[in-house]
Amino acid sequence: MEFAELIKTPRVDGVILHRPFMPTVEGTLCLTGHHLILSSRQDNAEELWLLHSNIDSIEKRFVGSLGSIIVKCKDLRVIQLDIPGMEECFNIASSVEALSTLDILSLMYPFFYRPMFEVIEDGWNSFLPEDAFKDLETMTDEWRLSDVNKDCTVCPSYPPLVAVPKDVDDDTLRKVATFRHSGRFPVLSYYHKKNGMVMMRAGQPLTGTNGRRCKEDEKLINATLRPGKRGYIIDTRTINLAQQAKARGGGFESEANYPQWRRIHKAIERSNILQESLIKLVEACNDQSHSMDRWLSKLEASNWQTHVKEILTTACLAAQCIDREGASVLVHGTEGTDSTLQVTSLAQIILDPACRTIRGFQGLVEREWLQAGHPFHHRCAQSAFSNSKPRQEAPVFLLFLDCVWQILRQFPCSFEFSESFLVLVFDHAYASQFGTFLGNSTAERAKLSLPEKTVSLWSWVNRPQELERLTNPLYEANSLVIWPSVAPQSLLLWEGVFLRWNRSSKCLDEAYEEMVHIIEYNKELQNKVNSLRRQLAQLETEDPLLQTLE
Amino acid sequence: MEHIRTPKVEQVRLLDRFSNKFTNGTLYLTATHLIFVESSSNNSTSAAQEIWILHHHIASVEKLSLTTTGCPLVIQCRNFRLVHFVVQRERDCHDIYSSLLRLLRPVSYQELYAFSYNPKQNDQQREEGWQIIDLGAEFERMGVPCDQWQLTNVNRDYKVCETYPRDLYVPITASKPIIVGSSKFRSKGRFPVLTYFYQEKKAAVCRCSQPLSGFSARCLEDESMLQAISKANHNSRFVYVMDTRPKLNALANRAAGKGYENEDNYSNIRFQFVGIENIHVMRTSLQKLLEVIGTRSLSMSDHLVGLESCGWLRHIKAVIDAAIFLSKAVTVEGASVLVHCSDGWDRTSQVCSLGALLMDPYYRTIKGFMVLIEKDWISFGHKFADSVYTIYSTWCDQLDGDPKEVSPIFTQFLEGVWQLTEQFPQAFEFSEWFLLQIHEHVHSCQYGNFLGNNQRQREDLRMRERTHSLWAYLMSEKQNYLNPFYSLAYSETHPVLEPSTLPYHFKFWRNMYHQFDRSMHPRQSILKTEEVGEEATESTDTERKVEGSSGSESRKQSYGDVCVARGSCRSVCDNLLFTQWS
Repeated sequence: MEFAELIKTPRVDGVILHRPFMPTVEGTLCLTGHHLILSSRQDNAEELWLLHSNIDSIEKRFVGSLGSIIVKCKDLRVIQLDIPGMEECFNIASSVEALSTLDILSLMYPFFYRPMFEVIEDGWNSFLPEDAFKDLETMTDEWRLSDVNKDCTVCPSYPPLVAVPKDVDDDTLRKVATFRHSGRFPVLSYYHKKNGMVMMRAGQPLTGTNGRRCKEDEKLINATLRPGKRGYIIDTRTINLAQQAKARGGGFESEANYPQWRRIHKAIERSNILQESLIKLVEACNDQSHSMDRWLSKLEASNWQTHVKEILTTACLAAQCIDREGASVLVHGTEGTDSTLQVTSLAQIILDPACRTIRGFQGLVEREWLQAGHPFHHRCAQSAFSNSKPRQEAPVFLLFLDCVWQILRQFPCSFEFSESFLVLVFDHAYASQFGTFLGNSTAERAKLSLPEKTVSLWSWVNRPQELERLTNPLYEANSLVIWPSVAPQSLLLWEGVFLRWNRSSKCLDEAYEEMVHIIEYNKELQNKVNSLRRQLAQLETEDPLLQTLE
Repeated sequence: MEHIRTPKVEQVRLLDRFSNKFTNGTLYLTATHLIFVESSSNNSTSAAQEIWILHHHIASVEKLSLTTTGCPLVIQCRNFRLVHFVVQRERDCHDIYSSLLRLLRPVSYQELYAFSYNPKQNDQQREEGWQIIDLGAEFERMGVPCDQWQLTNVNRDYKVCETYPRDLYVPITASKPIIVGSSKFRSKGRFPVLTYFYQEKKAAVCRCSQPLSGFSARCLEDESMLQAISKANHNSRFVYVMDTRPKLNALANRAAGKGYENEDNYSNIRFQFVGIENIHVMRTSLQKLLEVIGTRSLSMSDHLVGLESCGWLRHIKAVIDAAIFLSKAVTVEGASVLVHCSDGWDRTSQVCSLGALLMDPYYRTIKGFMVLIEKDWISFGHKFADSVYTIYSTWCDQLDGDPKEVSPIFTQFLEGVWQLTEQFPQAFEFSEWFLLQIHEHVHSCQYGNFLGNNQRQREDLRMRERTHSLWAYLMSEKQNYLNPFYSLAYSETHPVLEPSTLPYHFKFWRNMYHQFDRSMHPRQSILKTEEVGEEATESTDTERKVEGSSGSESRKQSYGDVCVARGSCRSVCDNLLFTQWS
């Protein structure tokens, strides 16, 4: 077994664990192939189980013969382990370092994890494109499910089945694919039942500097327009960036070739800038100096909240085009795998009440992120503490979750799930025992046989006991479109993620519990009232004396 | 009424502050209110929107230059409401403008709303209303008088200190000559007196103004006074003296014959500066904050830079840090603390009241909070008349109001409390709405409580006979202010609150500074009181209920209404599109 070679010291006694806002624990530290475990070996004491894949970076410190390692995790937790003995400390540190940076997917924990729970419904089969299409068919017959990508050669990052306009054949799709970045030809992202308008997404058109055009591409997207109607193309990049992309073979749809479309440029930043922003934000949150000015200026300098605002604004714009202007929308950036997905998925949260349920949200993450080919493996390889130069890491998905949380804050009664569900999805996107977020695309997942060899996160979530924990007690189905405020005064720092380990949440948790109690009690009383009313009505009809009195 | 030239103007446009939206309606000017009523034809599905603005709430009126749509009139209110009307005819606009200017300038106390406001109560009810809060009973609750502290009658006729209340509590060993001597050595005669007694450790919180020490002056009576405070507490060998000012300010005061206690002259004191800035800094800070958040299409970056550079949250943190210092000294060390600033009615009131709020769960109840304000703010002479009546403008020169004295000190206190409620959701009996309502009425001049600068003035004005008490009104409305998460058990297990003052725990208080800007509010509220169907949600960011300080008719005010917004709200999005293309 390869892991054994990496583990220089499997066990150390007398290790002390320090975590903020928690009592220190002394115990035995064990390293396994996938976990760092600290156990006090007392029945009642809590054990620490940390996935190696959750470890973002580690640091060593020595004071005399006492060594400490500081473990910084992808879920933004920072813990300290005091390890007696220099050698042990060195060994543990280098073992953890090696184990946490293993980049061989097939050695990841999900392939070894065996569920301790009964799988009621296999999450791998819960959100298949063909099932989603069946729903679409009940609303419209203008779309078809194409298997042009069945062996994932036309577009490696698309799933084998995609929804396209009915009148566009597979040959046309193949031609369009050559005209779009990474073969990402325009596909259906969302159908707005209320007015039949649609949202599509794609990669940038490869117009290049000499303004190449592709009749099939024009035909494809025009096929989604109603007669006499115009549509909107939302380019998530600024006009300058889009212009610059031409030099590298990319570009944007010119007015001349797409006269029925109006193009709007927005300014969602690219992944490397987002990664830098996350690192700065987390650094600011971990700065324990007590100066207000320093905190606010660091928060501002991180630009994180600016990104949140920009993404939300763009999503509102897309939603508005569809719902208010009654127009169809095509969204793209450069590759169509990052900012594009942020916009299309958030627009659906705003427009579609189904996406605000627990199951609907899982479906949204499946459709618009996993199947849509967001490269999770690359993007979530490291989080905020990585020392190495960022390659393809970026908190694109985390920003999406942050934006959902912002809307949840503004509409606390319209979501079936609570904040803890969003935090859970964040945690598992970065490190997990489940296979859901492994790999970069459906093709990669199939190649690794993930559905057969690993357990889906949704299999675990969709069990009554988990669902109960993740349900928002305030939820009342709201069938309306929900427009969030995007004013800076309305957007908050997501404390549940960024300050999760830096604050004592005891008071807030207790208040939350209290709220749950109040709601339950209220329901109980409501039931009582109803049953008493029924009784009363019954008595009134039964009692002839009462009737005569009336 | 003779000041009102045009009581009614039709076809007035009310512009939204942050978008391009507007509503048409009619403007009415009454002796007490400016009222805007939306034309009902605009929106037949929901009741017409009405906005009631009390003249006393108006801080400034500005007539801007004529535009193609009419003559703009911008009115800024002390409760942070800002309305922007466009009146079609220039003459009407000018009439309203000059009438308002005239109405905004009451020449005497008698013209304040409180003296004409009548909530249909008889004299007995009015009297009972004033008796709700009894400070004598409050000191008894703390366990005073006791073997170490006694009531003194030295100020019965306001002879020793006219800005203090009649009833004062001092150490039993502080004789009358000591008190009088000490008062002569303290700015405005505000000698050290008891404001809170922590029974568990017999530790006292005392307050006073700065000593007139200059560079070297001393006063034996004052030294004896502090000695007496020290001796009254057997748990500690020393008394903390908290000077709430920045050291530099205190040093500068020495040149004017004032200053701070020299540790060498006072036995057993520990002297400490805590660095809260003065009222002028606070006033400027709030002005900057309002400027920033009033900007249209504010970027996130400008918002955060503005929050930092205005310093507002830094000041709030400084006040809370000082309160924590006080609370820890008393509850952990069991030491008595003497708090002062310059005159001892601004920063001292903030620190003493917030400190007590941290130490004593009683002050976190609705009744207790009223008592706390009555004690540390009203009775100890926080100059409400001066500090409140002119936050932005300088019109008030004929009342006691001095524009140089105007400062949001009390607003800061309320915000400090709000910041604490955010950290301890179960510790307070009242909700945010209670704080907002108090803030509203500190400025409304509708009740007598906050009129005048001190008890003596209020007695001279016979406030209790001629006006009503806010506390009675709030008590009768108590249901509206309850915090559903409040837990008595929590107060028992957490008698002393220990908040964190790491900077990220301080938030911008949107519901205070944007209370009337609906588009900024969460679209749904947990504290919902009513539900509405789809039709009504279209106009979610408008105000349908009668608002403002109009007594009983304001029963259901905006806060309970926030939750109405259960659906779509197009305000924000509309602009996104148009700014893109225009």
